[in-house]
Amino acid sequence: MLEKEKLSHINESKKKWEENVLAKALNKAPERKEEFKSGSGLKVNRLYTPEDIANIDYEEEIGFPGQYPFTRGYQPTMYRGRLWTMRMYAGFATAEESNKRYKYLVEQGSTGLSVAFDLPTQIGYDSDHPLAQGEVGKVGVAIDSLKDMEILFDGIPLDKVSTSMTINAPAAVLLAMYIAVAEKQGVSTDKLRGTIQNDILKEYIARGTYIFPTEPSMRLITNIFEYCSKDVPKWNTISISGYHIREAGSTAAQEVGFTLANGIAYVEAAVNAGLDVDTFAPRLSFFFNSHNDLFEEVAKFRAARRLWAKIMKERFKAKNEKSMMLKFHTQTAGCTLTAQQPDNNIIRVAMQALAAVLGGTQSLHTNSRDEALALPTEDSVTIALRTQQIIANETGVTNTVDPLAGSYYVEAKTKEIEEKAMEYITKIDELGGAARAIDLGYIQKEISDAAYQYQMEVESLERIVVGVNKYQVEEEPPKGLLKVDPVVAEMQKKKINEVKAKRNNEAVAEKLELLKKACQGTENVMPYILSAVKEYATLGEICGVMREVFGEYEQAVLL
Amino acid sequence: MNRPIRVLVAKPGLDGHDRGAKVIARALRDAGMEVIYTGLRQTPEQIVATAIQEDVDVIGLSLLSGAHNYLFPRVAELLKEEGVDDVLLIGGGVIPNEDIPGLKEAGISEIFTPGTPTTEMIEYIKNNLKR
Amino acid sequence: MSYMKLIENMLKGQKRACGKLITIVENEPEEAEKILREIHQYTGKAHIIGITGPPGAGKSTLTDKMVKALIKEGNKVAVIAIDPTSPYTGGSILGDRIRMQDLALDPNVFIRSMGTRGHLGGLSKYTKNALKVLDAAGYDYIIIETVGVGQSEVDIVKIADTIIMVMVPGLGDDIQSIKAGIMEIGDIFAVNKSDLFGADRTATEINMMLDLSMDMERRPPVVKVVAAKNEGIDDLINEVREHINYLKKSGKFEERRKNNLKLEVVELIEEELRKIVISHTDKESKLDGEVVDILNKKKNVYEVRDEFLGKLNRSPN
Repeated sequence: MLEKEKLSHINESKKKWEENVLAKALNKAPERKEEFKSGSGLKVNRLYTPEDIANIDYEEEIGFPGQYPFTRGYQPTMYRGRLWTMRMYAGFATAEESNKRYKYLVEQGSTGLSVAFDLPTQIGYDSDHPLAQGEVGKVGVAIDSLKDMEILFDGIPLDKVSTSMTINAPAAVLLAMYIAVAEKQGVSTDKLRGTIQNDILKEYIARGTYIFPTEPSMRLITNIFEYCSKDVPKWNTISISGYHIREAGSTAAQEVGFTLANGIAYVEAAVNAGLDVDTFAPRLSFFFNSHNDLFEEVAKFRAARRLWAKIMKERFKAKNEKSMMLKFHTQTAGCTLTAQQPDNNIIRVAMQALAAVLGGTQSLHTNSRDEALALPTEDSVTIALRTQQIIANETGVTNTVDPLAGSYYVEAKTKEIEEKAMEYITKIDELGGAARAIDLGYIQKEISDAAYQYQMEVESLERIVVGVNKYQVEEEPPKGLLKVDPVVAEMQKKKINEVKAKRNNEAVAEKLELLKKACQGTENVMPYILSAVKEYATLGEICGVMREVFGEYEQAVLL
Repeated sequence: MNRPIRVLVAKPGLDGHDRGAKVIARALRDAGMEVIYTGLRQTPEQIVATAIQEDVDVIGLSLLSGAHNYLFPRVAELLKEEGVDDVLLIGGGVIPNEDIPGLKEAGISEIFTPGTPTTEMIEYIKNNLKR
Repeated sequence: MSYMKLIENMLKGQKRACGKLITIVENEPEEAEKILREIHQYTGKAHIIGITGPPGAGKSTLTDKMVKALIKEGNKVAVIAIDPTSPYTGGSILGDRIRMQDLALDPNVFIRSMGTRGHLGGLSKYTKNALKVLDAAGYDYIIIETVGVGQSEVDIVKIADTIIMVMVPGLGDDIQSIKAGIMEIGDIFAVNKSDLFGADRTATEINMMLDLSMDMERRPPVVKVVAAKNEGIDDLINEVREHINYLKKSGKFEERRKNNLKLEVVELIEEELRKIVISHTDKESKLDGEVVDILNKKKNVYEVRDEFLGKLNRSPN
């Protein structure tokens, strides 16, 4: 009752303000635009007041950190307890070079490694495959067999570090290689910590490093869930990624909607395979993008957390609170970086990183200023890392939990994005789930529509990109960009030949045959992949067997 | 001959980032062109064979993985081998400035780097057709 | 290059010449006629398969798999894939061949994409011309994948020997609506994505509908396929072959082709006549005055027509 009276009073005051104060101001100086829109094209009001959040129940919708629905954070003390992990994704051409870097990082006290693989590895081709030509070692390290993995982690105690691997279609193979290296080091698998991305649906949607069709891919993922829940219990088995969906041009609400829809598909697949939701759901993690519109992004992270908690509790009847917590890694938006005036990117990255922190991220990668031009140099990577350290140590935003909660604007936006995302999830449910919606090209079409609109707005100057369509200057082409030496491909080919000459080829053939049979049947394929890996069957050979049985995915494109 | 300009938008190599290629395909369509889109993971051989069968006026290559110095010239080379001299070959993506002269020398007529408005590309195509 | 040289190279099997000739016959009516006159003697050998059906039915994937099955048997196969042209900009995105790109390098395959360019009926105005070039180039099978917009896809009847109507589960209502329009043109029905829920029902519905159509001389078979998994493709090819046998044995093959040729000649005559009429009505014909007469009820439209035709007879062109 009291609340209602207050609101109606506020409403009256607002009307008076509009008539007496605002009208005059608008008369004198009209606003710059007729309508203001967020970075994702949502309407933004002039002013937000308690009226805009009147329909939000604090205890039910916002609540307390570390408590359902986790809007304010998954952890009760957040950054007062521990800062986010500053995890920088990095790729070097060969296992040897990467190993040097990792050793250096470990010596410096780093405990989180992040591995970027080159495209042939990500698509299950050995470095000597014709399609790998020109691509070996370009965007990350080339891994052809267990041999490369042994080199990659040589001298690095796998029970002491946590390793994040950006690998999807052949995730099972790379994880098996990691396990095999650990065994050689005498580290038992229950001590292994890390993450594989393992999110195939977003590969179909946005990132493109798919191999197999949907069904067998979902089976591989479920197999990994099952295998890890027993043998590698501390491993994060999937990182459900909105990052690439946003990079492909989606809006903030689409990023949340499509990512959580994918999450729903994985949970459903695992539940259908007979797994209890609370055995694997606590190991699910997410990966989001942090884009330009500061408040919209903060709202997005908060909305994602709340919506996932509700989905897990209400839809999947999870009982363990850990199953309901959305934990996520964030990367600043690569697509906002400009090739023009690249130093401006430092500022963009700082704002985006701030949004991720205000949104309660668990780990963060900040992009480097020169990434619209090439792979980042060491200097640029350092600035990017320093950006995080400045936010953490100098700005004071870490002193309190979820500082933007209660902002009329941010709470209203959080609600709006949650609702919009839920609309997408409902639509996808109607189409028969994420896998089917992807097969129909629906999600891809929605994203490419948004991307096209964005581009047209930039070209019509409706959307300003500093240095690109406004405030341009004549520039000298930048110098000192990182280049990958083309001899890497030759080195990798040589290594493959050596491995093939040394290994027991009969044993390899036998293990591959067993793997083939397992793929044709319904067993968990992880143990078969592991035993093939241990005989030094190459990534290409293992994926080749699976390609033979499973076939290959065909892209759905609607333009 | 007053006929629509036919353009092949192709993604060579293994790079899966097709946002740019798709935006450009649409922009060219909206400029009245017939756009043939190949999808991902095309070899230079496939691209050239497609260009020949479709008898396109333009090939636009899009690549973000850094393999352009190998893949773009390979397309130009194959076109030459097949005696195709009436196709305008252009490219775009994350391509450092210092690579551009080499690519032009190899037969790629123009390279469009990030931030180029689609209108600029459309104008370029209209003014530089080889047919 | 002169078109004679192009024809010579096309007949030798050069894909580039073939591609160029298609561009000419698609764009330049006068040149096209010269070429088509020249290559007529080489045409008529290919078996022409039309693939039609609603959007999302998986026509491109099915085409891809059929081509692969056919070339395995040693055939040369060409594909014409048609996509809609935007009526606003005149542009189009021709994306059907994404599904077939691993065939791009096969020496026995030729794939060509075409926009409808404002033509209704599921094909482009000059699809037929392109077809003739590919026929002359020695392709044993030519598969035409229509736009797939639904009811108006009737042009395919005029050029295909065998029409495969592709359906998918989950379009229950559409079957009813399609029935009235184009269901009868299917020589073979393929229920694609047969691994999806509802496939049996779709097949049953089609079968029931076909059973109800008593006036059919041959009851079209219904084949279940999963194109994406390459399942049922051989059955489908067998049915195509059965259909060819049926056409040949029953004399329908010749009958269809004769009918189609007749149609084509009639169309060509119509087109010429239209040109004549336009050239006469555009000029300082009395038509403007006649129209005033019609308005003022001095004459009616039929009288004016007859007078006009009478004049044409006296002064041909």
